[in-house]
Parts: sequence; C-alpha cells; structure tokens
Amino acid sequence: MEEGRPIFHQIAERIENDIISGSLPEEAQVPSTNEFATFYRINPATAAKGVNLLVDAGILYKKRGIGMFVNEGSREIILKGRRKQFEADYVRPLVLEARKLGIPESQLAEMISAITKEDIA
Amino acid sequence: MSPVVEVSGLTKRFGNLNAVDDVSFAVEENTIYGLLGRNGAGKTTLMQLLTGQDFATRGQIRVFGESPVEAARVLQNLCFIKESQKYPDEFMVKHVLKSAPWFFRNWDADFAERLVQDFRLPTDRRIKKLSRGQLSSVGVIVGLASRAPLTFFDEPYLGLDAVARQIFYDRLLEDYTQHPRTVILSTHLIDEVSNLLEHVLVIDEGRIIIDQNAEDLRMSATTVVGPRGAVDSFVASHSVVHREGVGGLASVTVEALSPAARQKATAAGLELSPVSLQQLIVRKTDTSTTEFEQSA
Repeated sequence: MEEGRPIFHQIAERIENDIISGSLPEEAQVPSTNEFATFYRINPATAAKGVNLLVDAGILYKKRGIGMFVNEGSREIILKGRRKQFEADYVRPLVLEARKLGIPESQLAEMISAITKEDIA
Repeated sequence: MSPVVEVSGLTKRFGNLNAVDDVSFAVEENTIYGLLGRNGAGKTTLMQLLTGQDFATRGQIRVFGESPVEAARVLQNLCFIKESQKYPDEFMVKHVLKSAPWFFRNWDADFAERLVQDFRLPTDRRIKKLSRGQLSSVGVIVGLASRAPLTFFDEPYLGLDAVARQIFYDRLLEDYTQHPRTVILSTHLIDEVSNLLEHVLVIDEGRIIIDQNAEDLRMSATTVVGPRGAVDSFVASHSVVHREGVGGLASVTVEALSPAARQKATAAGLELSPVSLQQLIVRKTDTSTTEFEQSA
C-alpha cells in the first residue's frame, strides 16, 4: 500500500485492476474482506470500505451467506470510468512536466508515436 | 455498536502537572485504536486509569459500563501489556504461560504455543535471563493469546527486531479477524502500524487533540510545495497545519483540498504531495516551525 492515499481507494483499485486484466473474471468470487485484510496487512474495516465502494458502483454484488462476486458487465463499466480519468491522471501531468522541461509539443508527440511503434514491433 | 470505554472530564494530576487534562472520549467495540503521542504526553497514565491501576483526580471512567477500579467483572475482560512488565523473580517463560489462564478467561493455550514457536522463545529460561526483545515477545504473546475483549498494548516492542514486529502485526490482524475485539495500541512507530488502525486518538500535553477515523485523518491534509510567493498566495485561503521553508521555497501543509483547489494549485505550478499519518501527527504535535530564510 502507498502512504498518503486512502487505503480503501487503493483496495478498490486493485480489485478493479484484477477485473480489467481478467484474473477476476465476471461471475468469479472475490476474496473475503478478512482475506484482503490479512493479505494487504490492513484493518478489516478499511478492506470492507474498499469492497463496499465497488458494491455501491454495481461492480461487485453480494450473495448472502456465500460471498462477493464480480457483476456481469463490470469490466466495461470500469474501463469506461478509467478512460474518462485518463486525461486528468496521465495526460495533463505529462503535458505539464513537458512544459516545465521545455519540451515542445511536436517533440512530445514524436516521443509518443515512437514508443507506440516500439511496442507494436 | 455500544462503547466499551466511556470517559468524561477525566483529569489526573501529579503535583502541579495535569498528566491527563479534562479528557472525554469513547472507545467503540471491536475496533483497533492507535493511541499516539509524544513522550510524556500522557498515554501510559491514561491507560493506567482505564485499567483501574491508578485513581483519577477528577472525572468519570466507564469500562464495560462500570468503573474499572477493583471491579473483578471488568478486570477479567481486560489485558494490559506494559512496556516493562514485572514478574516474580523465579518465574520462567513457561510459568507465565501456565498462570495466564487464571487471569484471562479467553486464554488460548494452543495459540500461545504457536506464538512461542513464531517468536522462538525458550520456555525453560528464567524471565530475568531473557534479552530485552525476548521479554517484549512474552508480553506480546500474553496480549494476543489472552483474547481479552479489551486489550491494551503500551509500546509492546522495545527491543523487538523488524521480523518479530512483523510477526506481531500479522498475528494480531489474523486473530482479530477470527476473534474481533477492542485493541488499543500505543506506539511511536506510527508508520509501521498505521494501516492496522481503524481509529486514531492523539494525546498531547494531557489533552486529546485528535479523535478520528484513521482513513478520514489520512485524507485530511496535503502538502503544497513551490516558490514562496506562489505557495503563500495559494494557502492564504486555506487552513494551515504546518509551514516550513528554505530560501525561496516553501512547503506548507494545509487541511483537505477540494478537487477544484487541487487543480488550481497544479495550474499555478505548485506540487501537491500526500501526508502520511506519521507526518500529520508530527506536524500537529510539533508547534515549532522551521524557517531557514536567513541562511539562504
């Protein structure tokens, strides 16, 4: 866990990442709050808060007496939200840092296209 | 949830020092609390009052609804692990473990046995002959295996190495998930325990200055760093917790920023950084400011 950021957000984010990567497929059972707490070494109430964030967002659902499961369509919902956040979280800091270092916009665009090509090759 | 501990107007006076000064708070059931503060802030005195080991000068204490002083019904549900627990001279580790069930009705001997293995504690050794760290692990084992509904750990790990401390945190958390109870952990190693805590009490000069959910507290401050002029004009409209600087650079900790305020700060070229629980508490209990403008 990173210091300084709300831990329950980080827990929710990690579960989301597992859903995006497919290691937690739709309709799969999610580990229990206590399992999260002992694995990440955090207070169980905090882990529960993170899980509940996803229940409220409709990404997880509870089966009474059995546990927590990944809702159908969750992956799409998460991706949509993350794409919306992408500009604020990644592009804006990138542009600001480039400006600080005096990297012109055209050069920044070149860098991006070079890296993109590298990954394809 | 009903409070396990209720305190109102509690004061403990030693000579002309108020070690605990007109304190009021409640402790909720099945929650892990951090009782934090500087040396001499009043942490140990407060725990001694809550466990009936000292008399209050003024005010009221209710533990499980009763005054803890000489109350057997309350005391058998309490476990208080002190920094330096005294044992009878001839006692060996095994005698401590054998006598523990007389005092703690939820004592789990198997759990204690497993902890002895984890901490590699020699049970046939006299308490007097143990190293400082081993002595601390005896306290930790008693505190965990007693499973008391209300457990106090007062700086339980003097001399414990990093591995042993991690074992303590892990076993505490595992056992707490299986057997929920109220734990009050007093420590200076705030960074190490901050993720385990659900609620934080900070005591400073005998007064409770923070009584807050740990997650809310974590989100309650941000540090703004940048050129002095820009920082000063940005923080003018915010509540400042702490301020330091060197030369033309200022670093100011302010209370929670709205998303709009964050954007404004970033646009002004200021850097925002999160504040850890430890930093936040250091800042709230350290009234000195550090300014090095003259030396620049």
